[in-house]
Amino acid sequence: MRKPLRIMTTPSPQATLDAPPKAAGLAWPLRWQRRLIGGATVLGLVALWQAVVSLGLIDPLYISSPVLVIQAGIGAFQDGDIWADIRVSSIEFCVGYLAAIAIGIPLGLATGMNRRFSYLLGPFIDIMNAVPRVTFLPILILWFGIGLWSKFAVVFLGALVPIAIATDTGVRTNEARFVRVARSFGASRLKLLTSIILPGTVPYLFTGLKYGAGRALLGVVVGELYASTAGVGHMIADAGNLFDTSTVMFGVTLFMVTGIGVTTLLNRIEQHFDRWRPQEQQR
Amino acid sequence: MTVKLEARNISLSYGDPASGGNLLALSDINLQVREGEFVSIVGPSGCGKTTFLSVVDGLIRASAGQILVDGHVVTKPGRDRAVVFQDASLLPWRSVRRNVLYGLECAGITGRPAEERAAHFIDMVGLRGFEERYPYQLSGGMQQRVNLARALVMDPELLLMDEPFAALDAQTREMMQEELLQIWRASGKTVLFITHQIDEAIFLSDRVIVFSARPGRVKESVDITLDRPRSLKLKRDPRFHALEDRIWGLIQEDGGPPAR
Ligand SMILES: Nc1ncnc2c1ncn2[C@@H]1O[C@H](COP(=O)(O)OP(=O)(O)OP(=O)(O)O)[C@@H](O)[C@H]1O
Ligand SMILES: [Mg+2]
Repeated sequence: MRKPLRIMTTPSPQATLDAPPKAAGLAWPLRWQRRLIGGATVLGLVALWQAVVSLGLIDPLYISSPVLVIQAGIGAFQDGDIWADIRVSSIEFCVGYLAAIAIGIPLGLATGMNRRFSYLLGPFIDIMNAVPRVTFLPILILWFGIGLWSKFAVVFLGALVPIAIATDTGVRTNEARFVRVARSFGASRLKLLTSIILPGTVPYLFTGLKYGAGRALLGVVVGELYASTAGVGHMIADAGNLFDTSTVMFGVTLFMVTGIGVTTLLNRIEQHFDRWRPQEQQR
Repeated sequence: MTVKLEARNISLSYGDPASGGNLLALSDINLQVREGEFVSIVGPSGCGKTTFLSVVDGLIRASAGQILVDGHVVTKPGRDRAVVFQDASLLPWRSVRRNVLYGLECAGITGRPAEERAAHFIDMVGLRGFEERYPYQLSGGMQQRVNLARALVMDPELLLMDEPFAALDAQTREMMQEELLQIWRASGKTVLFITHQIDEAIFLSDRVIVFSARPGRVKESVDITLDRPRSLKLKRDPRFHALEDRIWGLIQEDGGPPAR
């Protein structure tokens, strides 16, 4: 290839490239500040919780205490039964949630990209969105029994709706000018989907995934509380019947940790896909 | 003389949801562009210049009339044409390099040959060293140069440019004008160039076509017979000023100065 004609001479790109982005310099102290303040607040509340119980202000029967919860947790793990419960709940969550992703995203893409599909499926999605899906539990148990399958179904339905709706919205808000660029270059429909529509949809998609994860966990809990033979929710229900507040709180903590874990993981993945976005000023 | 591009009786109306009626954007446009010719279109803002370019590219279908490129009727975008869009249309999630590769990817050209071509044109627009930057990390002028490289890399026979230098400062703009002329002379491409700047149109073109206010019609076609190669000194030539005055007058006659 011949030597390129240069249409523009930029003085020295390296000079600019070497300069570290100043935003990063600010980010560190701010990030630590956020962690410190956030961490201190949580720790403070836990300490307060422990204090009111230790000082005898509130009977631990009603609110347990951090120490008792940890003891209940250690006991449960030493006992070993908890593993089976965690396993069952995890399977319910993973199967239902992953199925919801596998169906919800294509569904949202289809209704977002194709008017006929949205006419066809839009009403169903709206109706499903208007009712809490856990209200279908009695029927789902009638259909699928009280075992894993009714839980799969309720978790799936719980997560499916927000994922499909968020994806659909993401596709619809796609900017026409980028679609025009793709068409001008003769992009195929598949290329249009992967190079224009999906990248533009990422923030919506992940909002849907995070919201869906919450709905999926809700499905696990309610499904197991309502009727089940195993699972962390089942453990909570049993402990509740025995007024074993500490074990109830321990179960709640397990769900909490799971929820935070899933959200953190999704945030990481989203950041990876969204690294092209101008970083807004760190707060 | 071979005709590269011909517009025959092009009319176009947009549906207007506000009134429920139609908005006539282009009305019976007829024009011809010869192979290798550099033609500019000027006209008041909103007169349909971008719309016309989109019709030529095949992005919008005219309500009436035909576009012919090399004698073939245009029905959709094709490899023989490439557009430098007016608005910032770089894909924000792609780096400079991958933006320039985009058209090649769409055409099924990948791997080493594509990378080499992209590198060549990134270098040409002076953005070597910025390959892995995202558009938001570039200045407006740099983005516009990527926009240009993205079209040039397709090696189109007909280059459609919609106010490509509008976002640039005066100096960079003049530099780009000269360099565009160099590329044009070296490659023999046919260029259809839209601009608001009358001096830019005269400096670059073999012919300046003046559109009337909406609905866009060809008001007049002004031949620019100034010698080539042209240098920036030409902009101080009395003949240049005479042409400027004439085109300015044509646009003003038609209800107002060109936008901006
Ligand atoms: N997608 C659209 N739908 C409806 N009307 C449109 C659309 N695009 C443009 N128009 C209208 O068509 C007319 C011509 O628009 P166009 O963008 O072609 O003008 P232009 O000559 O390129 O203007 P400018 O010089 O400001 O870029 C305008 O009145 C505009 O309102
Ligand atoms: Mg325009």
